[in-house]
Amino acid sequence: MSNERSLAIAVDDLSKKYGDQVALSHATFHVPLGTICGFVGPNGSGKTTTIRMLLGLISSSGGTAKILGESIAHPEKYLPRVGAMIEGPAFYPALTGKENLNVLATLGGYPLDRVDQLLHKVGLGDRGDSKYKTYSLGMKQRLGIAAALLPNPQLLILDEPTNGLDPAGIHEIRELLRSLAQDGITVFVSSHLLSEIEMISEYLVMLRDGKVIFFGKTTDLLERQRPTLVVKPEKEDDLERLRQLSEKLGHRATVSNGQLHIDAEGNWSAPFNRAAFESGITLSSIAVELPTLEETFFEMTSNQSGGQQ
Amino acid sequence: MIRVISAELRKLRRPTLFLGTLGSVVGVTVLVTSLLYLLIDRPGGNAERGTFISREILSAANGLTIGFSASAGLLGIVALCVFAAQTAQEYTYGTLRNLLVRQPSRMKILIGKLISMSIFQLAIVLVSGAVSIVVSFALAPHAKVSTDLWSSSAAVSAIVHTTINVFISAIAYGLFGMALGLLLRSPISSISIGVLWLLIVEGILGTVWSTANKWLPGSQFSNVAQGGSAEISYSYSVAATTVYLVIISIAAASLFKKRDVSN
Repeated sequence: MSNERSLAIAVDDLSKKYGDQVALSHATFHVPLGTICGFVGPNGSGKTTTIRMLLGLISSSGGTAKILGESIAHPEKYLPRVGAMIEGPAFYPALTGKENLNVLATLGGYPLDRVDQLLHKVGLGDRGDSKYKTYSLGMKQRLGIAAALLPNPQLLILDEPTNGLDPAGIHEIRELLRSLAQDGITVFVSSHLLSEIEMISEYLVMLRDGKVIFFGKTTDLLERQRPTLVVKPEKEDDLERLRQLSEKLGHRATVSNGQLHIDAEGNWSAPFNRAAFESGITLSSIAVELPTLEETFFEMTSNQSGGQQ
Repeated sequence: MIRVISAELRKLRRPTLFLGTLGSVVGVTVLVTSLLYLLIDRPGGNAERGTFISREILSAANGLTIGFSASAGLLGIVALCVFAAQTAQEYTYGTLRNLLVRQPSRMKILIGKLISMSIFQLAIVLVSGAVSIVVSFALAPHAKVSTDLWSSSAAVSAIVHTTINVFISAIAYGLFGMALGLLLRSPISSISIGVLWLLIVEGILGTVWSTANKWLPGSQFSNVAQGGSAEISYSYSVAATTVYLVIISIAAASLFKKRDVSN
């Protein structure tokens, strides 16, 4: 595995129990420095519990973890270099956005002029003097991200940062996270928007029922899944004949949306094209499709024997 | 620690909280002090629970502070509410996790909160004392109360002692509220249970069982502010209050230090 010094997060055999209930079971995963790492899993899979342990908010029941090379037993050693938004934004409703950030900046010992810079950076420059309770959900999310950026962090941990944002806001956050990663900041982001995670994450940690079922490069995960050959005949009437032909040649196939989806590797496209031609069927298109992260996620999180890294 | 205190004071100095609290304290201090002088000839009494405070007592050197110490109960309730709300709201708003990410030392957060709220409470106590003294000087001539001794060094000493006692009492009430806030993690629950205990439960227990006043916490906190009473000495109340505060502080600190922050 990677050299420990090149890791932003190193979790080894970490567990958390609440009485008899296991929230996280022997989790092990590593996040390299300078990457964007997606953290995905169904509700209740242990994502927020893990994040809280990494930030020293709750104690672990077993195992170890290191953040930026420091043990989570001593959060004071690494938290000054970490920015975080946990389980959505949380601020004082009666204070303005700027006052809320001023409270955190004072607490952390950061210069107050950084607050104005960050408010502009997240698109709240003209609403900083409005009370937090008047903010929309999207504005609250932006303020939460601004608060997380206060320490000019080496590691940014964000829990559902695009929750409540409109498509334009999601795009802005995506670009912001990319630019932060380009500046060398490691971003560890949990989200239920898997398409978003797929677009921005080089690394992925996947949880199910408190257990890590995958960690590693996103492309490695997707490539491990079986591709699909998507075939479209010139005449739609030939779909059923094509399906029978595929099954006869030993590849399971299903018809959907006027196309035939065949469980086969990409290198089977030429032999199949030839077989279809010899059967008197002309194909208008043939393409190899990898499953999306969402499809992979559902397959892995619904499959009890899902592969573990 | 200085950073924690400064950050907490940023929250406490917001106008709706500071001026609102100050306004209500000034209003009740004026009312309590005024009644001492305006009702001085009424047979029903001019002080708490129908007690009568005569012109002779009011015109003594420490008479100037009687209105101030009579307002101490209110200042204590205010302290309980402020300390409880400011502590419990961190749980209800979920802001405690932000604070702990920026300052992982839970003891620094707790002590910083206590010091900042004590500063807030000191300002409230000083304003209440000043208002009570001004009202006393203004109403004394109409009530035919002599103010000759109010300018003596003994009067100044009484003002200082009363201010210290009222402040200690307010902090005791505040710590009681802070502990409830940490325990219950809800401003409404902690304030209502605290006020219910101090105003209702202790009142009933003290009425049906007179010796209960010697050990009930609210009774001791209040007696410190009064500088002692005929039934319970000042030194006894200070000692009992200290014991309560030590127990409350250790319990609250242990709870805050060990408990998972899961909301």
